[in-house]
Amino acid sequence: MNMQQKIADRVKSVPPSGIRKFFDIVSEMKDAISLGVGEPDFVTPWRIREASIYSIEKGKTYYTSNWGTIELRQAIARYLKERYNIGYSFKDEIVVTVGASEAIDLALRAILNPGDEVLVPEPSYVSYMPCVTFAGGNAVKVICEAKDEFRLKPENLTDKINSKTKALILPYPNNPTGAVMRKDDLLLIAECIRDTDIIVISDEIYSELTYGGIPHVSFASIPGMKERTIVLNGFSKAFAMTGWRIGYAAGDPDLIGAMVKIHQYTMLCASVMGQIAALEALNGGFTNDFEDVRNMTKQYDMRRRVIVKGFNDMGLDCFEPMGAFYAFPCIKSTGLTSEEFCERLLLSEKVAVVPGTAFGESGEGYIRCSYAYSIESINEALKRIKTFLAKHRNIGDGSIDGTDLLITV
Amino acid sequence: MSIEEQILDILSENSKITPVHIAEMTGAHLDAVESIINALEQNKTIVKYSTLINWEKTERAHVCALIEVKVTPQREQGFDAIAERIYRFPEVKSVFLMSGDYDLAVTVEGKTMKEVAFFVAEKLSVLDSVLSTSTHFLLKKYKVDGVILEEDHKDIRQVITL
Repeated sequence: MNMQQKIADRVKSVPPSGIRKFFDIVSEMKDAISLGVGEPDFVTPWRIREASIYSIEKGKTYYTSNWGTIELRQAIARYLKERYNIGYSFKDEIVVTVGASEAIDLALRAILNPGDEVLVPEPSYVSYMPCVTFAGGNAVKVICEAKDEFRLKPENLTDKINSKTKALILPYPNNPTGAVMRKDDLLLIAECIRDTDIIVISDEIYSELTYGGIPHVSFASIPGMKERTIVLNGFSKAFAMTGWRIGYAAGDPDLIGAMVKIHQYTMLCASVMGQIAALEALNGGFTNDFEDVRNMTKQYDMRRRVIVKGFNDMGLDCFEPMGAFYAFPCIKSTGLTSEEFCERLLLSEKVAVVPGTAFGESGEGYIRCSYAYSIESINEALKRIKTFLAKHRNIGDGSIDGTDLLITV
Repeated sequence: MSIEEQILDILSENSKITPVHIAEMTGAHLDAVESIINALEQNKTIVKYSTLINWEKTERAHVCALIEVKVTPQREQGFDAIAERIYRFPEVKSVFLMSGDYDLAVTVEGKTMKEVAFFVAEKLSVLDSVLSTSTHFLLKKYKVDGVILEEDHKDIRQVITL
């Protein structure tokens, strides 16, 4: 039997992850420095881990409500109200999911009919477009440009809206660009869609990681937008809890109810140990004003300054990212494509960064560099990239040292 | 947070970081960073740059004891005069005034237990205001000044995640 033929068309239509070979090479390479990781380098704060360990000792090993535990939903409701001034009932407007990733999938599956279009800003996180496809919809990219600091601009959005447009994904603060949308930017988007019935899926997973003293603004807090917005968030980035897989969605009870319908039949519930840890993350945060989050953000902020200055000093233009933990420098001055740059940098200087094209074609000419690393690692990586550029410029023909390209991304 | 505080935070974590790097990390001018560090050194906010060493990994004989000391406070000077009599000894590494069952927590370091014991017997307990001492030898240091001594910092994350 040809098993390839058995695979559903919509699954086949999604290309495999572009960085697999790249990943394998880095994994094998000794002394490689990777700036390729999309998760915090901090371990989950001990008080959170300890709360989960204690719950396991006490035998809390059962299923929870499909919606997530009442205590956690109550804490999430309080958190969203206190931090972002958006009010949701824990009873029927919040569902706890297996990471914000599951919430993306649930939201899309809950609303899409075959042929519905979803507007997806680009460059952005890799899972939106495949999830739209898996849900039977058509993803329509909306380009965000460097000259706009990779913000979503209404003029780029308007002409993509038509009668088939069902939803807009709003992924800010953004992975991979580090772009944020300020309140004024969000107001413009709100005006753009106010007379439509487009649902907004606002992925705010990096909401705690903003810099320069300006806090994140949730799209749901923009007047008139709450009803049509599904806010997605989670514990992975803010609390350094990626492996726990706890996220959530908040929104209109009909939409959340539809998401729970899928969730209860496919996932049943998020892991109870993770939910207990997440509850401690919030309760601890309420008592110490989110000290752990502030301390980690402070560290990211210092690293952010170092890496951005490092790139600009070596002639790779890098706009100042004001959120998440990624720098997105422009490598067009080297004459290399993003993939060539990343391959040669890895083979020549053993530094792994991610080509911008992994996040959509509009990422061409850019690389994503995570600064969720120690200052020492970042400085070492910057030093090696500088060496790489010097070698490259000396040769001047685009080939570093005659190394055959081993990778086809 | 003030720039002074930011600089102190950075240096308290790693005093080897150069002003150039501190300027990059904080976004402040190098000149400003240098003059602030200078001022903090001058006014003794920065007392000293030292290194946290796990002596157990060396050949050097090293013994540390925590001594609970009960004392009689003195008129007009309270505990300060007797604390000074104690902290002047170079063998004494730290002195804290405590609430609770005893008054001063004194840490003393020496090469051998005998050396520390002699110090307590001959120098500390004979002081006029000292009523009693209770000596506890440290057997192993797990965490010192917020640092876990044998923690493994290996990066175990997947090398690339999107």
